[in-house]
Amino acid sequence: MISNLLTSTLPIAVREMQRNLLRSVLTMLGIIIGVAAVIVLMTLGSGTTRHVTEQIASLGSNLLMISTGKSMGPMQSSTAPKFKLADAEAIAREVTSLVAVAPQASSNATAIFANQNWQTNITGSSERYFSVNNRQLAAGRIFTTSEVRSGAMVCVIGETLRGKLFGTSNPIGARMRLQKLSCEVIGLLEAKGQSSMGSDQDDIVILPLRTFQRRIAGNDEVAMIQVSAKDGVTTNEVKQAIQQVLRRQRHLSAADEDDFNVVDMKEIAGILSGTTQLMTSLLSAVAGISLLVGGVGIMNIMLVSVTERTREIGIRLAIGALEREILAQFLVEAVVLSTTGGGIGILLALTIASVLAAVLQIPLAFSPLVIVSAFVFSATVGVVFGYTPARKAARLNPIEALRHE
Amino acid sequence: MTSDTLLKLQAITKVYGMGEAQMFALRGISLTINQGEFVAVMGPSGSGKSTCMNILGCMDQPSDGHYWFRDVNVGALSRNQRTLLRRHYLGFVFQGFNLLNRTSALENVELPLLYRGVGSNERRAAARLALATVGLSGWETHKSNELSGGQQQRVAIARAIVTEPLLLLADEPTGNLDSQRSEEIMALLVQLNRERGITVVMVTHEPEMAAYAQRIVQFRDGLIERDQKS
Repeated sequence: MISNLLTSTLPIAVREMQRNLLRSVLTMLGIIIGVAAVIVLMTLGSGTTRHVTEQIASLGSNLLMISTGKSMGPMQSSTAPKFKLADAEAIAREVTSLVAVAPQASSNATAIFANQNWQTNITGSSERYFSVNNRQLAAGRIFTTSEVRSGAMVCVIGETLRGKLFGTSNPIGARMRLQKLSCEVIGLLEAKGQSSMGSDQDDIVILPLRTFQRRIAGNDEVAMIQVSAKDGVTTNEVKQAIQQVLRRQRHLSAADEDDFNVVDMKEIAGILSGTTQLMTSLLSAVAGISLLVGGVGIMNIMLVSVTERTREIGIRLAIGALEREILAQFLVEAVVLSTTGGGIGILLALTIASVLAAVLQIPLAFSPLVIVSAFVFSATVGVVFGYTPARKAARLNPIEALRHE
Repeated sequence: MTSDTLLKLQAITKVYGMGEAQMFALRGISLTINQGEFVAVMGPSGSGKSTCMNILGCMDQPSDGHYWFRDVNVGALSRNQRTLLRRHYLGFVFQGFNLLNRTSALENVELPLLYRGVGSNERRAAARLALATVGLSGWETHKSNELSGGQQQRVAIARAIVTEPLLLLADEPTGNLDSQRSEEIMALLVQLNRERGITVVMVTHEPEMAAYAQRIVQFRDGLIERDQKS
């Protein structure tokens, strides 16, 4: 019965759509935009979430960052005295569950080579920096322990900076100027792309910490200490051990609160991916509303079309179309419109999301579930919003419908 | 009821409105039409002939009285059953042609078969044959708005006869046509009546057209004033 209805009404519906092509396309536009918006946002959203998670995983899973200042919620802190190199050394000496400790300080300065110059991030650290941050070298070598201890005039540069200053020439062995300091480029980092915070991780110069403190910063401060813990050690244990050492180093009495904080990168990962997931669902909800509006558009056009085609309906009723066949015809028309719109919307979304993912440098995370549910939803929109006009058409009195001008 | 009786109206009344505004369109008419008859229904506007046609066409229900189509009591049928009766036994030709716009002649003629669930090849063949019968071979792909009035009415007739109906109801089929086209259409209806034995009931204002019929039923003020065979 239902398949009979479908085989008799589907050709009629398709014929009607072809006959009113412009109107059909305009009707579908709402659904096309709605479906495309939902899929693009959900795809980009889950892509971003995955990107953030991957970024943080690439930092090293056991990475902890110690910075000065009281913790005031995620990634916020009050000011407090900076660390000294001795603090990092104390941690390395006393906390046994660590693989590596890398003290860090950084600032911005202009790097100059030949007639090229480029404002870049300058970070002073130890040879441990590379293993703690999971950075590989594309060419050259990293600092030796003695270069770090003596504060040698050597540096490792990132890919962005290399491109800006050296172009096609080989940077290894070249002497580059950073403010008053002239240093030899001994290594080139492998490109890593944007960080989860959106900064370019390849726009960087890494110097031995002592060189940085003496020649660039002019003080002996250490802004941040990165440590990586051994596998199988809980981060809480490590945190507590570090806290003990630092409280003693910083002469805090039992009544004082910590004026530094130790952040587990996993926590940040959780916060960031939670945030992006929330944003994704909010934006998708907004896009879902536009899908609903598209459905109202279908209802509107279908109602107009019922009025416009009253005589046609009268003819069909007179020559023997049953109420349910007229109902089915208009319902099928609405569903064909909405699912065609949904299909086009999906294709559009695949295109847009692919382009945007490439531009934003995030992985393309198409979920078949999202696509299937967008399609099912658009079909449902067709049924729900097509029903009222279809019923109106089916209930018409054939005599009056035939008289309609 | 004899075996060649096609339909029988018995004391049919039709009232529109309620109370003070009550208006009698039909005041109790009885009419028997036999299979194979060609009946012309005449009368001034408001005489009830259109209401009578609507009842004959199962598109309207009488307020009182009985309508028998063959041995079926139409008054006892549901709306759907009456639609099925139209689908299988009746054909309609209207004054305003009532073809689907922007639709080819062939598709228009196919339409009733679509609702009968006839397969597409068979449907197309039957529609071509019906168009040939009305003299429109070669015009199959023309859209209805590309055809002249006379041609449109022929398409409408083809659509009405493609299902081989028992009864063809024509409501002023020549009302929108000039006299030459009118005569062609009337000749066609007569031919269908004679050669195929299709019973034709036709409403008309024009005595020249009514003259083609074997029987003229004259309406006045909701009653049958005269019923004569010519």
